[in-house]
Amino acid sequence: MDTILTGNAAIAMAAHDARVALGVGYPGTPSTEVLENLTTLESSKAQWAPNEKVAMEVGIGVSYGGGRAIVTMKHVGLNVAADPLFTVSYTGVSGGLVVLVADDPGMHSSQNEQDSRHYARAAKVPMLEPSDSQEAYDFTRIAFELSEKFDTPVMLRTTTRLSHGKSTVKASTVTTGSPETKKIDNPMKYVMVPANAKRRHIFVEERTAKLQEYFESSELNKVEYRDKSTGIITSGISYQYVRDAVPDASVLKLGSVWPLPIKTILEFAANIENLYIIEELDPFIEEQLKAAGIKCIGKERFPICGEFTPTIVAVGMGVANPVESQRSSLPTRPPSMCPGCPHRGVFKTLKRLKLTVSGDIGCYTLGVMPPLMALDSCVCMGASIGVAHGMEKAGVDPSTIVAVIGDSTFLHSGMTGLLDMVYNGSKGTLIILDNGTTAMTGRQDHPGTGKALSGESAPHVDLLSLVKSLGVIDVVVIDPYDIPSIEKSLNHALKYDGPSVIITNRPCMLIPHEKYPKVQVIPDKCKYCGACLSIGCPSISKVAVDVDGKTRIRPQMDQLLCTGCQVCKQMCKFDAIEQVSGDTDTII
Amino acid sequence: MNTTNILICGVGGQGIVLAGDIIGMAARLSGLEAKASEIHGMSQRGGSVVSEVRYGSQVNSPLIPLPGADFVLAFELLEGLRGIDRLRPGGLAIVNRQIIIPSSVTYGTAQYPENVEADIISSASGAIIIDALDMANKVGNPRAVNSVMMGVLAEKSTLPINCWEEAIKKLVKPKFIDINLAAFNCGREICK
Repeated sequence: MDTILTGNAAIAMAAHDARVALGVGYPGTPSTEVLENLTTLESSKAQWAPNEKVAMEVGIGVSYGGGRAIVTMKHVGLNVAADPLFTVSYTGVSGGLVVLVADDPGMHSSQNEQDSRHYARAAKVPMLEPSDSQEAYDFTRIAFELSEKFDTPVMLRTTTRLSHGKSTVKASTVTTGSPETKKIDNPMKYVMVPANAKRRHIFVEERTAKLQEYFESSELNKVEYRDKSTGIITSGISYQYVRDAVPDASVLKLGSVWPLPIKTILEFAANIENLYIIEELDPFIEEQLKAAGIKCIGKERFPICGEFTPTIVAVGMGVANPVESQRSSLPTRPPSMCPGCPHRGVFKTLKRLKLTVSGDIGCYTLGVMPPLMALDSCVCMGASIGVAHGMEKAGVDPSTIVAVIGDSTFLHSGMTGLLDMVYNGSKGTLIILDNGTTAMTGRQDHPGTGKALSGESAPHVDLLSLVKSLGVIDVVVIDPYDIPSIEKSLNHALKYDGPSVIITNRPCMLIPHEKYPKVQVIPDKCKYCGACLSIGCPSISKVAVDVDGKTRIRPQMDQLLCTGCQVCKQMCKFDAIEQVSGDTDTII
Repeated sequence: MNTTNILICGVGGQGIVLAGDIIGMAARLSGLEAKASEIHGMSQRGGSVVSEVRYGSQVNSPLIPLPGADFVLAFELLEGLRGIDRLRPGGLAIVNRQIIIPSSVTYGTAQYPENVEADIISSASGAIIIDALDMANKVGNPRAVNSVMMGVLAEKSTLPINCWEEAIKKLVKPKFIDINLAAFNCGREICK
C-alpha cells in the first residue's frame, strides 16, 4: 500500500530502496529527517558527520569504493561542502553519489535565503527538483541511476515545504544485487592534479552537453498543454501552487533544473502567447531563458524574497487581489529558550556585564530575543570565534568581547577558529555552551555525545582535553545554573593575558537529565521588582494582585513548566523564591 | 475541485502536528488523497504553529489556496484570531477558549488583545468556541485537547467516524489511545 510521507522520509525510503551503502550529513533544518528516517529503515546505513564538508568527503569515498551514497545538508551546509563538491564534479563517481540540499525560502529556521540552484550550475553538476513526496522518492531513485550513467554526482534540491510537506508515496521495486566494492585504481580520473584535472574539465563540459540532450527527452520534464494563451515554466513545489492558482494554464514542469532542456523550453515557448516563469527565490531559470532570447515574465510579477504560497502565485498571475493582513498588530509569539535551558543564566550574566557577544548558530541564537537581548552578531556555523578575534584585531578591547558557541557547532567548525585565536595571540574569551546535543535541529547526536545516529554508543570527544590540546591554557568547566560561578569565571577569563575558554556542563532540558525540585514565589516576601522576570523563562508569568488597594504585578511559576533550574531564585534579592517539595518532572 | 481545506493553528506543544497527521490519515483511510504541511523547528520552543491539511479526490498544493480554509481549527484564542482571515467565506471556525500568554506580552510592550472571542465571531459567524482544555482534563489528560477539537471537526465534516477512530488508533501512542478516543467522543457530543 502507498503511504503518506514527508518529502524527507520519501527520500530516505528511496535511498534505502536504491541500496545505498551510506547516508551521511550534518543536521540542518529542513534536511535533518532524511538521515533520521534512513537509520530507522536500516540503522547501519546512516551516520552524522561533524560537518557537511566531511560528510561530502565521506560520501565521495563511498562512491569511489563502489557503493552508493547520499549526502544531506541544508542550503548553508552546501557552502561548507562546496570545496569537495566542485572537484568531485571533475572526478566523477564509481557508485552513485546523490547530494541532497534543502533550501529554506522564507527562512523558517535559517540565517539567509540562498538559492542552491546556483551551485549546480557553478559546480557543473546536474540538479533535479521534485514537487511532491512521490517525486522526491522517484527522483532520488533516478538521481542514483543518472549519477552512474553519466559519471557525475547528482544534486537533489528540495525546499522546506517539500521536505516537510506530506503526501502519498508508492515505492517502486527495490534495487537488486549487491554493489561491488572496488579498489580505486585510476589516478587519471581520481587524482586531481592540474594535468589530470585539465582533461577532466573537458570531460565535464562534454558531460553537461550530454546531460542537457538527455533532459530534452526525459520524463523528468513534463509539458502539459491546456489554454495556450498563458503558459508557465515552473519547478518544485511552485508547480503545485500554479496548478491551484491557474488550473487552465499550460505548464512546462521542469524536473531537471540544471542543465536546462533549452530545446524543450524553446518549443513550449513557441506555442505560448504569454510566458511566465514561476520560481521561488532567484530568477535562475528566467535569466537563462532571457539569455537564450526567450521573451518571458518573471520577477517583475513574482517576488525574489520570501516563500511562495498559492495566493502569491495567484496574485502574480493577476487572478486574485493582494490580501492585506488585518492582524499584523497582534502580539507575536516568537520561540524562546525552553524553561530550564542551561543557556539562560549565561546570557543574563553577559547582558548584565554589558559585554559584546559574538554569537553563533544554535538554540543560543535565541539569546537575541527579549528580554535577554544579549547577542550582538551571528553569521554562520563557527563564526563566533573568528568574528570575536577579528574585533579584537580591529582594536576593540578583548576584555569586553565574548564569543559563545554550542558543543555541536564547536565540533562542526569552531575548533579551527579557536586554533586561530591561540596561534595569533588572542586574549579573547570563548564560552562553549555544552548541552550535550545538537539541540536546535531536534537533538541529534554528534562526536561529543557518546552516541551514534543509530543510537548505538560511540566514542566521545572530551571538550576540555580537546580545548587544551589546541593550546588553550586558561580553560575551566562550570555549572551554568550557578550564576556566581559564571560571573567569577568570566571576570577571570576576560582579564587573563591569553585566550580563555569557559565550558558549561548542563544538558539540554529536552534530553533525559537529572530532575530538580521546582520553585515558586513566596507572596509575602515578593517586592514586585521583576528581577526574576528579566531572565525570560517561559514558566514565569505575571499575575495582577491587589496589595493594599494597589494593583501589583507578581510573578508566578507554572508548576508544569518549571524544571527547577533555580536560575530565577538566584535573581531574587529578597529570598522570595523557594523550592517546592514533591516530585518533579520534565517538560517532555 | 472537491477539496476540503483545514487550517490548524495554535502554540508549540499543543499537539497540532499530530492533529494534522490524524486528519490526513482519516482522509486516506476513507480513500481520499491527502496532503499536509507544517513548519517544524521552532514548534517545541513555544512559538506559533500552523498546520495545513487538504484532502479530496485530487490535491495539488499542500498549502491552502484562495478562497481559503473550509475549517479553521484554533487551539488558542490569539492564534485563532491570527488565523481567522484565512477562513473562506461560509467556512467554519472551531476555537478552543484557551489563552496562552506569548513572551512578547510577558516581556515586551505588547498586550494580549481584549475581546478576542468577539473579534473571531465577527470575522467568522457561526464559530464554535469550546472549552477543550476543560474537557480534556475531564477525560484525564490535558494533552488530549487536540482529540476534543477533532471530535468537533469530525461531526462538522464528512469523513466517516470509523476512519477518524482508526486514524487515532494508528497514530496515538498505545497507552494514550483510550483517553484520546474518549476526548474525541467528548468533542462529538458537543455538536449533538
